Amino acid sequence: MPQAAVSEAAASAGARDYRALIEPARINSRLYYDPAIFQEELEKIWYKTWVYVGHTSEIPNKNDYVTKSIGPMPVLMVRDKEGEVRLLLNKCPHRGNQLCAYQKGNRTSFTCPYHSWTFSNTGDLMGYALPDGYEGQSKAGLNLGKVPRIAIYRGFVFGSMAAEGISLEEHLGGAKAALDQLLDNSPTGELELTAGFLQHRTKANWKFMLENETDGYHPGFVHGSVFQVTSSGIGSLYGSDSTALTRDYGNGHTEFDLRPEWRKNDKPLQWFGTTPERLPEYVKAMNAGYGEERARQIMIDGSPHVMIFPNLFIAEIQIFVLQPVAVDETVQHVTAVQFKGAPDINRRLRQQTMGSVGPAGLLLADDTEMYERNHRGAQILDPEWLVLSRGLHRERLDDNGFRIAHSTDETPQRGIWRHYLNLMTEAR
Amino acid sequence: MTALAQSFADVSAPDLAATDAVALHHQVAQFLYLEARLADTHDYDGWEALWTDDAIYWVPANGDDTDPEKEMSVLYDNRSRIGVRIRQLKTGRRHTQTPRSELARVISNIEIAEVRGNEVEVRANVLIYEDNLRGDTLWAARNTYRLRMVDGGFRLVRKKIALVNNNKPIFTLSFLV
Repeated sequence: MPQAAVSEAAASAGARDYRALIEPARINSRLYYDPAIFQEELEKIWYKTWVYVGHTSEIPNKNDYVTKSIGPMPVLMVRDKEGEVRLLLNKCPHRGNQLCAYQKGNRTSFTCPYHSWTFSNTGDLMGYALPDGYEGQSKAGLNLGKVPRIAIYRGFVFGSMAAEGISLEEHLGGAKAALDQLLDNSPTGELELTAGFLQHRTKANWKFMLENETDGYHPGFVHGSVFQVTSSGIGSLYGSDSTALTRDYGNGHTEFDLRPEWRKNDKPLQWFGTTPERLPEYVKAMNAGYGEERARQIMIDGSPHVMIFPNLFIAEIQIFVLQPVAVDETVQHVTAVQFKGAPDINRRLRQQTMGSVGPAGLLLADDTEMYERNHRGAQILDPEWLVLSRGLHRERLDDNGFRIAHSTDETPQRGIWRHYLNLMTEAR
Repeated sequence: MTALAQSFADVSAPDLAATDAVALHHQVAQFLYLEARLADTHDYDGWEALWTDDAIYWVPANGDDTDPEKEMSVLYDNRSRIGVRIRQLKTGRRHTQTPRSELARVISNIEIAEVRGNEVEVRANVLIYEDNLRGDTLWAARNTYRLRMVDGGFRLVRKKIALVNNNKPIFTLSFLV
């Protein structure tokens, strides 16, 4: 991570009045393109709050590791020799060299190619070359850096660069139920994210993606071409008559909730555009796992469409991880949801994912075109303020006290900015 | 190579091994140039018509020896999905191609890797220069093609585009690659 940049941002913190840039139903364009604001976001969001890092199924065996990230900063997610999941920083404490240059692998130790300092996969310094040069000196304090806090919820590994703060469960709040809903669609209650990630480079600020993931207003227009050429029939979910909901879970987490539509139609697996007859093995496994009645309800409700602030997006059948790398550049990492113990549905999940998302995706290539046009447009000076007022008059609370509104309303986006304002103005 | 290494079609058709090597290379190169021109000029119908019914159009991710049946690829289309892709481009509302990318590609290092019956496997390097609203992007790939001689002309059976940087984040790839 660029320490100098953070210090600079810290020095100017307080100079920006975020209350003057964010109002309840409109925001200032500057929030997307100002490099100083991006640096302050690193400090106050990415290197402070809980950030999704990876899934335990990506490192199933002892000594497995995979390179992940927290914001622009690379992080090694490791299962150490004892089987414990650790988040190590990929920087040799000697002279700062990038330690591991590979995406993934299995090893008990990491050796820096520069001066051959070697670290155990627990992060501890094991030894260095030509030790006589350090005679009388202690190795204490020469271990790899670590992400100070790590928490795992049902396989989802989160890290926080702040040594203290609210617990992960407190951070997830109501959105935890959406993760449970996703896992309910697995006959074993578990995921296996083993298909590898596509990495979609996007010349736009990360918040355009954060906002769009639960924007139910755009699909009819941005994805009209797909609805036109496939017989998916999902176009109607994004119209005026849709009973689908948008939801603000608080803490920046938002949802596009299609369950009202699926429950109205009462057809198992309609959410996935298929029928129980076409996925007999999956249905059998679900019935065995949950009992027929519960399995039927799960298969009617389907998988959630939820954006966990700031970077984990579950798009029913995909897991997206948003990685900001610069004020005007974001990488969308995406893979297919894979349910442990469900080979027949997993193949279809992969096929549909490859068709719809990633750099060549029938859907995401058009979303990404919008992000990049968003970013270019935001820098035009007039009008300065962007409008997020859709559905203000019909916003209401659900049974759990969360704000909900029509599927095309901007309740999620208002919720995101409310949380963002809290984070950016929080006392240090 | 898994998908490309599947068995060659056994069709009672001309044996390409009997063709003069120089003539065969010329014929292959002409076909690759045609395919490249149709893609560069967004001749969607012309390009789609090159494919056989058992087509596979594949852009791997995270290396070039992955198994597309088990791992994520940037693009892994069968004939039916190629059709959907083309129909989407033709709606005029495929926003990432409205306006269309301006393209020029160069194909070189054409090698005939294998000849079997009426099919030929070909390797070639390709550089594609793309200009669009975002800016200019240079794409580089090692391609593998399987061509089948049908009614006196080649058709495209498989095309694998191994982008040299496919283990890193890449920009939107929405033109015909």
